Amino acid sequence: MIVQALAFYLFAFVTVTSGVMVISARNPVHSVLFLIAAFFSAAGLFVLLGAEFLAMILIVVYVGAVAVLFMFVVMMLDINFTELRQGFLQYLPIGGLIGLVLLVELLVVVGGWALAPEAAHSGAAPMPPPGILPNTHALGELLYTRYVYLFQAAGVVLLVAMIGAIVLTHRQREGVRRQKISDQLKRRAEDSVEVRDVPTGKGI
Amino acid sequence: MADVPNLIPALPEIFLVCAAMALLMLGVFQTGNEGKEGVKTAQLISNLSLTTLVLTLLLVTTIASGPVLTFGGMFINDAFAVFFKVLVLIASALAITISQEYVTRQGIARLEFGVLILLATVGMMMMISANDLMAMYLGLEVQSLSLYVLASFQRDDARSTEAGLKYFVLGALASGLLLYGCSLVYGFAGTTSFDTLAALFGAHPEEAPSVGLVIGIVFILAGLAFKVSAVPFHMWTPDVYEGAPTPVTAFFSVGPKIAALALFLRIMIGPFGDLAAQWQQIVVFVAIASMVLGAFAAINQTNIKRLMAYSSIGHIGYALIGLAVAGQGGDGAVREAGIQGVLIYMAIYLFMNVGTFACILCMRRSDHMVEDIDDLAGLSKSHPMMAVALAIFMFSMAGIPPLAGFFGKFYIFLAAVEAEMYGLAVIGVLSSVVAAFYYLRIVKVMYFDALADSLEKPIGRDMAGVLVGTSLIILLFFAWPTPLLSAAAAATRGLFAG
Repeated sequence: MIVQALAFYLFAFVTVTSGVMVISARNPVHSVLFLIAAFFSAAGLFVLLGAEFLAMILIVVYVGAVAVLFMFVVMMLDINFTELRQGFLQYLPIGGLIGLVLLVELLVVVGGWALAPEAAHSGAAPMPPPGILPNTHALGELLYTRYVYLFQAAGVVLLVAMIGAIVLTHRQREGVRRQKISDQLKRRAEDSVEVRDVPTGKGI
Repeated sequence: MADVPNLIPALPEIFLVCAAMALLMLGVFQTGNEGKEGVKTAQLISNLSLTTLVLTLLLVTTIASGPVLTFGGMFINDAFAVFFKVLVLIASALAITISQEYVTRQGIARLEFGVLILLATVGMMMMISANDLMAMYLGLEVQSLSLYVLASFQRDDARSTEAGLKYFVLGALASGLLLYGCSLVYGFAGTTSFDTLAALFGAHPEEAPSVGLVIGIVFILAGLAFKVSAVPFHMWTPDVYEGAPTPVTAFFSVGPKIAALALFLRIMIGPFGDLAAQWQQIVVFVAIASMVLGAFAAINQTNIKRLMAYSSIGHIGYALIGLAVAGQGGDGAVREAGIQGVLIYMAIYLFMNVGTFACILCMRRSDHMVEDIDDLAGLSKSHPMMAVALAIFMFSMAGIPPLAGFFGKFYIFLAAVEAEMYGLAVIGVLSSVVAAFYYLRIVKVMYFDALADSLEKPIGRDMAGVLVGTSLIILLFFAWPTPLLSAAAAATRGLFAG
């Protein structure tokens, strides 16, 4: 129990600290790296909650794809971040005020939240208790049986998207040199190396 | 171990999607995808796509039977679905046939063209067979994504790219509306299954549905109205129709519209059938607005593709009268007559429109396409046969007997009169009189204007075949209408039984 509590505080601390660092770091590359750290520790929090599927998705999708994309954008676009930061203090009061208003609204909404007591059990596919079935297993059992049609249809959507991207952007460029292994292997020393006698003191 | 779902009802879709992937692989691994060889590969793939569509059509008709549910009730195959699937498959097959010459000439012959049409067809068939909000949305997305790509297939042409982008942005907005509506319906009804929704609303017909549910239905209606390009969600149609490559426009004007209309009918009659009082007024408004706008906005057009866009908006308006009649309630026979009218109308519309676009595809002069109505001047002297065919299509669209287009309108208006919706019928007749003006203007330009500069002479064999076939169907429909009428009647019974 104590280990769990310690792990929770560790992950929570790292998440919050990295979150603060994301917006306060001077170097945008460092910001993205802190963002990745925040994602990792948030994934740790999900594991503690017994939602290991969500944890893995967070790492695969957010760290693997989104953060890497951010990194590319930050490194490839020549944005002057110091200029963007100017006037930070000037906008701090109004920004802080809006943040405060949003926080209060969230608190009101979440505070007044009430779930119908029967709602948890009336779902078409109620969640099995985490002790009996790991949630990746439970999701898989639904996804590949009851929802197999939707799963496959989503696959077709992705296939169409991929074909579309290739059709609209791929161009055959002239003069691209590709490695042709069979041509390389066919090449013999006789075809390419020529031995000549070079007279002393003269060029070829 | 879970049971394997019954795959037989979905066999045509499974076959089509597997064939599309196989053709894609076949095309990609052909030697040389550039220049002449690329064109050859593209022709091979498009011929094979055509074969695939014909085989799928055979599969659809052979496995046709009573209503069968599968995949946990998300997929339905009934007489209604079979009727629309046959129409959609014919539309796709005709679109591929009339596109072959065009894509080669325009230098956009790429193997993906046929594959994308196949995948769009899969999406349409999934929409037609959808029996669940989620299945409906996914089918719609498979279809729409393929269509966005097809619209900008001529990617070096600014107009085509613009068409694709416009269609994509507005289509994404419509998908968002639809999805928002679905989530509201799910939130307030607690289920996404059409059957359960129907049972839920049928159990307490006297109770007024909650406001959230009605808002959800309105959002779904808006999304679907966008997909069938009904007023007030029609803005994208003229621009996309004008910019997209002409065979793609031909495909847009039939396949996706027919599929979206099938979905429209199924969702309004099936799950929301008992809430007709909530949505019927909206459908009446949309139908009237579409008919009037289709009739008046087309008058000033000079580009024939834009003209066809407004004409298709008008035709959707006429078809929606049938749905409005079915939502009127009261006598079951009258409601069936409304839906049956829509089915007949769409079948006839398919052949008229494909035929007209085949004529438009023949309009080229010294190796580039011309699209102005004035370019048709004197067509009766240079291409007498094509002029006759186009005149048949135009008279049919205007609804002049004994051509097929007259019967389409006749059954719709008859249903409206039987349901005592006289206002709707009168507005329909009046707007079709206005629309007759611009259809007949094309005939006048072809037959009475002086020949300016002849269009290019030889018409390809495929194109001539499509022209002759479609014009014969339109011309001789009155002699033997029974097969279409009985098929539509059976399909309608299938919809109401489910």
